[in-house]
Amino acid sequence: MSYFKIETRNVSLYYGNTQALKNITLGVPENKVVAIIGPSGCGKSTYLRLFNRMNDMIDGVRVEGEVLLNGKNIYADGVRVEDVRKRVGMVFQKPNPFPKSIFENVAYGLRINGVTNKRYIEETVERALRQAALWDEVKDNLKKSALALSGGQQQRLCIARALAVEPSVILMDEPSSALDPISNAKIEELIWELKKKYTILIVTHNMQQAARVSDWTAFFYLGELIEYAETKDLFTNPRNEKTQNYITGRFG
Amino acid sequence: MTHLDSELNRLKGEIEEMGNLVRHQLRKSVQALVHMRKDLAREVLFQERRINATELKIDRDCENIMALFNPVAIDLRLVFAAFKINSHLERMGDHSKGIASYALELQRPLPEDLLEKLELFAAVDQLEQMIESNIMAFRDGDSAKARKIFQSDGQLDAWNRKAIQIVIDYFPQHPDRVADLLNVNSTVRKLERIGDLNKNIAEEIIFYVEAHVLKHEKEKI
Ligand SMILES: Nc1ncnc2c1ncn2[C@@H]1O[C@H](COP(=O)(O)OP(=O)(O)OP(=O)(O)O)[C@@H](O)[C@H]1O
Ligand SMILES: [Mg+2]
Repeated sequence: MSYFKIETRNVSLYYGNTQALKNITLGVPENKVVAIIGPSGCGKSTYLRLFNRMNDMIDGVRVEGEVLLNGKNIYADGVRVEDVRKRVGMVFQKPNPFPKSIFENVAYGLRINGVTNKRYIEETVERALRQAALWDEVKDNLKKSALALSGGQQQRLCIARALAVEPSVILMDEPSSALDPISNAKIEELIWELKKKYTILIVTHNMQQAARVSDWTAFFYLGELIEYAETKDLFTNPRNEKTQNYITGRFG
Repeated sequence: MTHLDSELNRLKGEIEEMGNLVRHQLRKSVQALVHMRKDLAREVLFQERRINATELKIDRDCENIMALFNPVAIDLRLVFAAFKINSHLERMGDHSKGIASYALELQRPLPEDLLEKLELFAAVDQLEQMIESNIMAFRDGDSAKARKIFQSDGQLDAWNRKAIQIVIDYFPQHPDRVADLLNVNSTVRKLERIGDLNKNIAEEIIFYVEAHVLKHEKEKI
């Protein structure tokens, strides 16, 4: 068994002839939050998408090396993508609720997995909304369209939707970049709460956010992992000059 | 240069200004004592207010930089170091003020022969040099220069031991000057404390540049 909940070993990824990830070895321990930081185009989103096999949907993508979930290679023959996605939830930069009711958005994952027990679905929706710190705001309007929610509420709804299928890992790609400070603070509090039960890998352009929410931070540059360290060390005493230049805003 | 860089440079400039104020206060206070110049002593007491004001200004600037720029890594360490160096310098100012107030208590000049043996100005020269090279080391982020402070401190220690002994030996033959001699003894101690504060400042500089904490470590070099 691996010490890490999710990890990559010597992973390289190519979009056609361009190499977007270069031999990345990195692991996320269970119930920890790891933040990925780095300049635009350095491969953060690409790296994140390895873990729910979202890159598979892109033409011409080639992956080398091993991507492990619970110590098992999720790119091995016979692994079903749906099984991976059930265990690895994802939250995107822009909230992307479906044009359905709040309730149906959260219940969606259960329904496509064939769950029909009404009571179970109701309980799960409530639990997920509570976990996402949204329940109190929507409990009287569950039939209302999700699109009528504010941006911050929509993002928490998407988190609830991801939580409803009880994944063990949550991937977040700049989850609060489109939100106001209050909603942002709520999402950060939420991440702090969620890590008691989940393992979280988050991409963020907000350095302070990475510093606040994560236990470990990885700095990517041009497809390479430059430095991976405990967050408090990386932000006080980075070992690599590139990291230092990046986090102090003196890049390029 | 980034906006943050210019703020940090300004902060360094303020520390330099503070260091220079403290350096002048030190020399003036010892001059006041040695030559019984009460006018100089009063100047020191007056200037002390300026040092306190500068200290507060630097504190506030550190606070503002933290709040507005959220500095990290070497920038964060710089602000921390400035914050602490500022307070060490202010303490040096307090010690000079103490020496100046001894000068004000003098009823007649201190004995020539005692002063000659004590070589107070040799210590002042050395301390001024320490302050100056600390300021330069901080300005240039030069931790090698800061490390040299620990070497020069040895000479000061030797002077200190010698000076204390000189004062002790002087007591028996001069019972009429006990009060003044006690003040001279305290002056020697204060100069020793200023030397220690310089070492503290050197530690902050090394922390700022190398992220290496020297405090409470035996081996400094
Ligand atoms: N679908 C794709 N086809 C071809 N190249 C791609 C594709 N997606 C990303 N890339 C390239 O891979 C590199 C990494 O992109 P990625 O989106 O992972 O970066 P990122 O670090 O997430 O950037 P940002 O911070 O801007 O979101 C970039 O050079 C990008 O142009
Ligand atoms: Mg991205």
